[in-house]
Amino acid sequence: MGKQSAAIAGFTEWAPERIPETPMFPMEAAAQLAAEVIADAGFEKDEVDGLLVGNPLMESPMFAPSALAEYLGVGCNFGEVVDLGGATGCGMVWRAAAAIEVGVCETALVLCPMPMPPMPPATQGGPGPMRMPAYLGGDVWGSPQALYDIPSGLAAATPSFAMAASRYMAHWGVAPETLAKVAVQQRHNASGNPKAIFRDKPITIEDVLASRIVADPLHLLEIVMPCFGGAALLVTSAERAARGPNRPVRVSGYGERITHRNLTWAPDMLDTPVRAAAERAFRMAGTHREAMDLASMYDCYTITILLTIEDAGFCPKGQGGAFIEEHDLRFDGGDWPLNTHGGQLGMGQAGTAGGLSHVVDVVQQIQGRAGERQLPKADLAYANGTGGMLAEQVALILEGA
Amino acid sequence: MGLRKSEDGRPLPIPTPLAAPFFEAAAEGRLLIPHCPRDGWFFYPRSRCPTCLGDDWDWREASGQGEVHAFTVDRVGHDPALAADIPYAVAVVELAEGPRMPARIVGCGVDDVRVGMPVEAHYEDIEGITLVRFAPREN
Ligand SMILES: [Zn+2]
Repeated sequence: MGKQSAAIAGFTEWAPERIPETPMFPMEAAAQLAAEVIADAGFEKDEVDGLLVGNPLMESPMFAPSALAEYLGVGCNFGEVVDLGGATGCGMVWRAAAAIEVGVCETALVLCPMPMPPMPPATQGGPGPMRMPAYLGGDVWGSPQALYDIPSGLAAATPSFAMAASRYMAHWGVAPETLAKVAVQQRHNASGNPKAIFRDKPITIEDVLASRIVADPLHLLEIVMPCFGGAALLVTSAERAARGPNRPVRVSGYGERITHRNLTWAPDMLDTPVRAAAERAFRMAGTHREAMDLASMYDCYTITILLTIEDAGFCPKGQGGAFIEEHDLRFDGGDWPLNTHGGQLGMGQAGTAGGLSHVVDVVQQIQGRAGERQLPKADLAYANGTGGMLAEQVALILEGA
Repeated sequence: MGLRKSEDGRPLPIPTPLAAPFFEAAAEGRLLIPHCPRDGWFFYPRSRCPTCLGDDWDWREASGQGEVHAFTVDRVGHDPALAADIPYAVAVVELAEGPRMPARIVGCGVDDVRVGMPVEAHYEDIEGITLVRFAPREN
């Protein structure tokens, strides 16, 4: 049954917040996450010999792994910054597992510190809510974004995902009500997650369709809320994980696929890279889609879920709408529980920690630590991350030992 | 910064040496697109063909005809520098020759844009640079 030699032994996750009470530098947040996840896994700090961090690390944009090793006082046999946007969390998990499998390191921390950083004393205004820069790093001379996309009026992420949705609606067809159902059931799942920003704020399909259209055809309630937060995992050898207090979660299969940056240049904007990533992950794990007890899929927008269900192979292309209509995605009684933490649509999107939230969701379920949203059976799960404009995707098969 | 701002703050491209022929042709109302002798048309211009990595491609004039492959209407101003234009339609246009490119859709109301709509290139001069837009094609 797939890869057996690396496992997730512990996690920590902070509740996403729009404006946290206390600003914190990313390395300060990384240190707090590290202390929490080491304690959760029942490890000694000296056992850690690998560090992976999701960018950005504000205090050290260059040399980030070494800056972090120095700050945490960890001698690393493996250090890496992963730059895969929303797929960063899942991408870090397989890199950590692979490093352990080949014997480069024994125990690695996967860190996604996304705190609200303090502002220097002379700065006007002080910290504000989380906002991604409008041009997403594309405003440098020579970038195709600066030459063609941005002058055309294509900025930020939402309009790109909206274009994929418009194309999907015209080519395959899906009712706005069906996409809205995804947002509604994610919100429902958030009701079982005390850390979700939208817990106890249920919505209806009518609410989604009545919310303002931000970029046609996407409504406000189909779009994630950017937040601050943080999350971390401890990944180690299966043998070492077995001696910890938590049920080890084996990283049984993984796959990654990267094809483009901006959606404009996607080889096919309706056939997303997760197809190849998921195919590899399932093959590596020696299992199949029907065997999954739950799935946790990157949900920056409702359309992302529709495309991912199809392209990860859970239904034929073009049948995602029918799949969503036929299945109940809720944790309490749903026949196909998806994103039992509420997804990022329900929980809030704390940068790369939002991408990692899907792995944390699965780990909590498999370890039996999901509280009131615990599923009766959670031994085998699919998780994935989506970065860029449907551009870079990582799929994981996670399995309780 | 890889962009310059127009007098009213719009983001304008700064052509690179490699991309300059595209913008020079646009200023003359022509759509010039890279063409590889083995793999045909591609866009955007790259130092080497993205199919074969050959460097022996040349510029060819495309018809300027295409259709809306996908579009959205920005109703909130995702780029604050273009907030004065909202709502506006932005699309990925598939050229008759095959490659796709991003473009504002002009010449019709934002609610009239459809996927599959036939469009043709229009050229908008703004302070020394020409941007390629697309408008609905008659017939
Ligand atoms: Zn070629």
